[in-house]
Amino acid sequence: MTFEPGDNVRVLPSEKPGHVRTPGYLKGKAGWIESLVGEFPNPEELAYGFSGKPERPLYRVGFRQADLWDDYEGPAEDCLYADVYEHWLEPGEGAPT
Amino acid sequence: MSGHHQHERAGRTTSPYAARIRAIEALLLEKGVLTEPEVQDSISYMEARSPANGAKLVARAWMDGRFEELLLSDAKAAALQLGMEPEHPAEFIVVKNTPGVHNLIVCTLCSCYPRAILGRPPDWYKSFEYRSRAVREPRAVMREFGFEPPEDVEVIVHDSTADVRYMVLPLRPLGTEDMGEDELVELVTRDSLVGVNVPRS
Repeated sequence: MTFEPGDNVRVLPSEKPGHVRTPGYLKGKAGWIESLVGEFPNPEELAYGFSGKPERPLYRVGFRQADLWDDYEGPAEDCLYADVYEHWLEPGEGAPT
Repeated sequence: MSGHHQHERAGRTTSPYAARIRAIEALLLEKGVLTEPEVQDSISYMEARSPANGAKLVARAWMDGRFEELLLSDAKAAALQLGMEPEHPAEFIVVKNTPGVHNLIVCTLCSCYPRAILGRPPDWYKSFEYRSRAVREPRAVMREFGFEPPEDVEVIVHDSTADVRYMVLPLRPLGTEDMGEDELVELVTRDSLVGVNVPRS
């Protein structure tokens, strides 16, 4: 695996079309690796009748809500976890852990 | 077309969407993509599951610390132990509320939900409004469901974007120390398993 729990990451700002499982509001955002869920067939290929192999690592990635929304109403501690595939992540800077 | 409906029943909804689904179902059957028994199996699968399963898992975890540990580390094994059928290609993770942390589940991309345990999600869970607002203003959404986490409680939203289905293990309500498992089960609502509210007290 490329990433370890605690690593800072950034979600790629890719506009790749299709059955991507990375929601738009996370693209380009900084967060951290919370844990590795496991390896799964790539849904971007599975959805179109392909095997999805090789399987891709899937992480639970944490984000500070204040980093996602300029007008977030709530304490600075509030956060959001999403499941993001490794090929949507790059090493990041400055995400608090 | 075969000219007759194979499972026409009383009380069917007449909305255009339902009509469209029935037309698609009829075509899939006619073309042999699905068989009638497969359709029935799928209906039985969903009808055998309900939020009552989640309530049982939660009540047992409140009563039994070792079961709670299993539920949080291997939720499918915990469900099997209570006689449920958690088989599903996706992972099943239970997240625990504490006095300092409140969890909320959403699927912004579609309507991912732990169906293998809880059955079909409620309609509001699938609405564009819930899916867009739960990530952006979770505290406002919970207020509308009648629950306001204090400012010193951290709210964690879980967006089930891929291969994990989430359920909340809510906090056991205060003043329930003398209750048995059967009574505790009655306190656990579907909304509290999604995290938009807390159990009855």
